[in-house]
Amino acid sequence: MLTAAKYEKKLGAATREAFGRTLLELGRENPDIVVGDADLTKSTMTTYFAKEFPDRLFECGIAEANMVAIGAGLALAGKIPFVSSFSAFVLTKGFEQLRVLVAYPNVNLKVVGTHSGISIGEDGPSQMSVEEIALACALPNFVVLSPADEVATRWAVRWAAAHQGPVFIRTGRPKAPIVYNSDAHFEMGKAVELVPGSDVTLLATGLMVAEALLAAAQLESEGISARVLDIHTIKPLDEEALERAARETGALVVAEEHLVDSGLGVRVAQALAKRCPAPVEFVGLHGYAESGSPDELLDKYGLRAANIAAAARRVLARKA
Amino acid sequence: MERTQDPAALASICKQIRRHIITMTGAAKSGHPGGSLSAVEIVVTLYWDVMRHDPARPDWPDRDRFILSKGHAAPVLYAALAECGYTPKETLNTLRKLGSIYQGHPDKRFIPALEASTGSLGEGLSLGIGMALAARLDRRDYRTYVLLGDGEIQEGQIWEAAMFASFHKVDNLCAIIDYNKLQLDGFVKEILDLEPLADKWRAFGWHVIELDGHDIPALQKAFAEAAATKGKPTVIIAHTIKGKGVSFMENSPKYHGVAPTPEEVELALKELA
Repeated sequence: MLTAAKYEKKLGAATREAFGRTLLELGRENPDIVVGDADLTKSTMTTYFAKEFPDRLFECGIAEANMVAIGAGLALAGKIPFVSSFSAFVLTKGFEQLRVLVAYPNVNLKVVGTHSGISIGEDGPSQMSVEEIALACALPNFVVLSPADEVATRWAVRWAAAHQGPVFIRTGRPKAPIVYNSDAHFEMGKAVELVPGSDVTLLATGLMVAEALLAAAQLESEGISARVLDIHTIKPLDEEALERAARETGALVVAEEHLVDSGLGVRVAQALAKRCPAPVEFVGLHGYAESGSPDELLDKYGLRAANIAAAARRVLARKA
Repeated sequence: MERTQDPAALASICKQIRRHIITMTGAAKSGHPGGSLSAVEIVVTLYWDVMRHDPARPDWPDRDRFILSKGHAAPVLYAALAECGYTPKETLNTLRKLGSIYQGHPDKRFIPALEASTGSLGEGLSLGIGMALAARLDRRDYRTYVLLGDGEIQEGQIWEAAMFASFHKVDNLCAIIDYNKLQLDGFVKEILDLEPLADKWRAFGWHVIELDGHDIPALQKAFAEAAATKGKPTVIIAHTIKGKGVSFMENSPKYHGVAPTPEEVELALKELA
């Protein structure tokens, strides 16, 4: 466990890169691992798998609905398919197929969305996925994973391959700040407490985990003890950790690179309403973004440590 | 079940299947009799003659796969599965009732012997491609059959799948179009015409066979030709009659999604005696 002040932001591999590398390892270990891609292998990083296992990589062209449904057919015939595209496309254009062919019959398909959130950058809103948590979590039987860095992604991809049932994994385009040591241990559905704290809890997922760690350091310097939880599993949510955080710290902030009206925050609020109501502040997106560098966008759209720290101060003011 | 290649014996099974369709949908008071009746010869020829399968081993890895992409024609598939011995015949009349394994559309959760849960149109051909690709990877020689509705192929995903299957030479896949010329809102040619249909599939790189979908010997010959066709997938455009076998249902848009009344059931069963 870290203490907040000791966190130093260093960039590691992009989570999509970690996905591609892990997929290749899995491909070497298990001949039943097969992959579908929709003309984005060099972006989703399934290209590593494609080069070594061309016969097991199904290039579907720009046809995501067909790709998802072919993946479902491969799974029904006993394969362990991973289908991948930008989150913005695979979950939207493939949603109906995910609903009827995968979620409802509980088919063993793994869906990996890359280029999540606004940190894709220059390509702009048509390529940015800011609704994906809502879409993926709407599907019964799906486990939804949102790893923060390279190490967490490696775990998520390996866990998905070993799990019998549908999984969605959310990954990003830019290099991701390193959060975990290479020997970190994860459990599906169990939040990781990265920093202990007693005044307020910062819940974050994906790229926002590093920002939450920086926010905790800032708060610590102000004499505020902030707990930091990495919600790497968005569904099922670790309601016990949330309840504990609400009881022990009495105030929470949720930070996500997603629309606040339909993402992790609303799921957290639902869980707390059931188990232990507490004031919550939400850091996330309120609409579509624009072109720009990832850093410029995260600054402009308020997805930084400073925004999380400000939200913590607001929620502390509301704390009974 | 007793498999047979004899067209007369197959025709007699078809009649039995049609009786089930009428009584099932009549008992359910809802459902899709018209598009079930049009597909009877196709389904019976596949299950009793063409396909390699064994009701005692529904999970046999080398079995041929059948996907009812036009999932609303569930009654024809349920009747066939029951007559083959996969599922009980006695409960066919629980179709669409709470707790029945015979759900409104094919549901693999209730009938594990189904290859897939279907019902949302336009998706089954892609599923079939996935199964056919798995066969190729596993070096198994099973074939995959996908029954499509005619209205269904108005869905764009069908053409994504059509492009993929020929490009990837998925020749262990055979699609059958139940071309009964009617969809829910009326005649296909008035809703959104498919013609020239054979030319479209040829242009998409498929081997195309056109036939009368109620002609059992023609179907037998076509499935053999499909199996012998290498390097490209085959589509059988089966010209059929919606409501086939029941005079007052034939070519009537009404019976796409309306079940026969008790009086109509009686009349229909007389015709199918």
